[in-house]
Amino acid sequence: MVRETAPKPVILEVNGLSKQFPGVKALDDVSLTVRAGEVMALVGENGAGKSTIVKILTGIYKPDGGSIKVDGTSVNFVRPSDSWLAGISAIHQETSVFEELTVAENIFMGHQPTKPRVPLIDWRDMHQRAQEILDRMDVPISTRALVRDLSVAQRHILGVAKALSHDAQVVIMDEPSASLSRREIEQLMVIVRQLRDEGKGVIFISHKFDEIFEIADRYTVLRDGELVGDGDISDVNQDDLVKLMVGRSLDEVFPKVDVPIGEVVFSVDGFTHDTEFDDISFTLRKGEILGFYGLVGAGRSELMQAIFGITHPRSGTLVLDGVQVKIDSPVEAMRAGLAYVPEDRQHQGAILPMSIRKNMTLPLIEQLSHRGFLNRRKQLGATKEMGARLSVKAAHWDQQVEDLSGGNQQKVVIGKWLATRPRIIILDEPTKGIDIGSKAAVHEFMGELVAQGLSVILVSSELEEVRGMADRVIVMHEGRIRGEFNRRDATPENIVSVASGLELAA
Amino acid sequence: MSATRETERYTVADKAKWSVWSIFQTWEVILLTLLVFVFIVNSNTSPYFLNTYNLADATFNFSEKAIIALPMALVIIMRDIDISVASIIALCSMLMGLGAEAGIGVPGLIMIGLAGGVAAGMFNGFLVTGLGLPAIVVTIGTFTLFRGIAYVVLGDGAVTTYPAGLRFFGQGYVFGIIPFEFILFLLLAMVFGVLLHFTVIGRRIYAIGNNPIAARFTGIAVNRYRFVAFCLVGMMAGLAAVLLTSRIGSTRPNIALGWELEIITMVVLGGVNILGGSGTIPGVVIAVLLVGMVTFGFGLLNIPGIIMTVFIGSLLIITISIPILVQRLRDRARLRAQQAEVGTD
Repeated sequence: MVRETAPKPVILEVNGLSKQFPGVKALDDVSLTVRAGEVMALVGENGAGKSTIVKILTGIYKPDGGSIKVDGTSVNFVRPSDSWLAGISAIHQETSVFEELTVAENIFMGHQPTKPRVPLIDWRDMHQRAQEILDRMDVPISTRALVRDLSVAQRHILGVAKALSHDAQVVIMDEPSASLSRREIEQLMVIVRQLRDEGKGVIFISHKFDEIFEIADRYTVLRDGELVGDGDISDVNQDDLVKLMVGRSLDEVFPKVDVPIGEVVFSVDGFTHDTEFDDISFTLRKGEILGFYGLVGAGRSELMQAIFGITHPRSGTLVLDGVQVKIDSPVEAMRAGLAYVPEDRQHQGAILPMSIRKNMTLPLIEQLSHRGFLNRRKQLGATKEMGARLSVKAAHWDQQVEDLSGGNQQKVVIGKWLATRPRIIILDEPTKGIDIGSKAAVHEFMGELVAQGLSVILVSSELEEVRGMADRVIVMHEGRIRGEFNRRDATPENIVSVASGLELAA
Repeated sequence: MSATRETERYTVADKAKWSVWSIFQTWEVILLTLLVFVFIVNSNTSPYFLNTYNLADATFNFSEKAIIALPMALVIIMRDIDISVASIIALCSMLMGLGAEAGIGVPGLIMIGLAGGVAAGMFNGFLVTGLGLPAIVVTIGTFTLFRGIAYVVLGDGAVTTYPAGLRFFGQGYVFGIIPFEFILFLLLAMVFGVLLHFTVIGRRIYAIGNNPIAARFTGIAVNRYRFVAFCLVGMMAGLAAVLLTSRIGSTRPNIALGWELEIITMVVLGGVNILGGSGTIPGVVIAVLLVGMVTFGFGLLNIPGIIMTVFIGSLLIITISIPILVQRLRDRARLRAQQAEVGTD
């Protein structure tokens, strides 16, 4: 497709937008423009203000200051419907859908076509128009299918269809690929290109740089609610964007330290589960960071939870220091010297409404007590020690974990497990959804751990992370180990092709 | 090392800054204020209220329910609930009645009451934790089941032949003036208070209530805790059955009818979050006294029981909304203060 070289018309112009929340200035004098037929990538760490902009543009928040112009006309959004009437439509991270309704009903929710002069829904017209929209995107979904039966990717496509039904000029996609597989992302990219070629303006929000460079024409970078840079995507590389986002380079985000790797300390042999994973065997050495890469649903977390005794495998053995061990519960795993920092920080890791001190001391509460009676001083001592080691930032140790930033929450969860003095620590997506500053801190800390002779299993869906941190990478696909690479051979091409099941025969 | 660098740069206080205002905000203090208020109103409207003997005797009205409210608080904090408690009383009282008719002595009858309660609690606990059924559904089922058994066994009849030695538990006094039941409640309140607030077990109960999944991932035997809590509620309901049977000296299948809602009301009024995770034993104790004193005052004024239920209902809604409204006002004030600050920049 030949791309026009003449400047495209601006369809969305945001000027000097500001928004204040209790305790934080979410947006400070931010300006950005979106042109017709162009994909604009909005990048920034979590908390940089991206979501606030989206919420203002969709009429959910009212800005404290600044102006918004759509197609050259000033607009003032009082309620969400004002926004889509003006031609702005957003597909949110967690797409809100009505599971029990059909595809067509979801697309036209809130603006159903009605019969002339009577307030009754014109079902035929609705299905017809829904079908037209789906045809335009070339997706084979029935308008009468229940949304309950759609895949995550199809739900995102539904979100796009909804945007198109509003005849949107500006489409905002807020991390649309966060929970999609590689193939589904490809599908999504095709649709984004179609929107662009139809002359829509697309605001594309993503944490994944490969996607940004693949799809975006221009970028706008936010940091701490302020605009720190914008321009053409062809003028920058990934390192430039990261530097803009956090003011530090990639090497600082993945500070890999070389630690002598010792003897095998732990091995898993023939671990098999009825539904989640099959015949898993691997070894872990002292001082080693072993990466587990795979797509969502590859069975990595399920495997780790079975190793930690939360669920029970059908067969398989664990060997620790040459001795076969049986782990049937998390308590036994802890006694054996294992620790598991789960994937879902908010639901499985931290107990959000409880304080930092109570969270950090929970696995060890018996040792920090006297004959079953709690001892506040002992707890505080242990909390301070771990808190300082991980540089947790908080007002005080009795602060509720839910008041902390994502990064600090994760530090509390890691701290709680380190306090048990494990020899093997399993980190399941330890940096998912936390800002780059905290991410770098977690990575730096992993280096400290292996330097002290611990062994780390790092489960991650982020290619840069496993490549940047792991000594060895095991790739899983559909519950099985499909490949193992040492640091030198762990190229993106190798890993991704195995993870997506392309090299099954190899 | 980086850790020392960070700690120098960033200091974290040991605990929150103490402020008088934060004390006044606690639920317990709000309830206590209400209790004092009720005392003042009652003593001004009835000359018989501030009479030591009357006050002491008023505790008969609520002590049995209050004893069940204590373990109920633990169950609700752990995100469960037990609707079947009053039916457990009926079941246990019925069993005691059968025992009395068979000529079993006082210690035996007490054992029957307690054991029956524990068995009923184990049954609930097994259905909830063993089979993984929702507590509210299970105990609505056993609510009908347990009392149904009492109806089947007793029919229209009643057991009124209890040994004289049983009377002390429901009718006796300690130091000649304080009812034994009330003393028993205070002792149990202390036991439960210490258990919940000063022991490892209590800490784990809160952990389970605030996030059962994370608690399990942290090595807490979540289902064992929940099961034991159901057994405890059953046992205390059995104890209440002993006290109540002793107090009224007879067993009918409709004994303690409707108590479950009064007990749950006491617990929720006491500040226990019905969704689990928070609440204190002192709060529950104050709520029990508050409900007891209001009931007593209304009784002295000859106000019918229906009005009483209206009052308790309103009290429940008001006490639940006050902290939420206060919080909302404070948030708004904070936001205004910040905006003023920004404006002067």
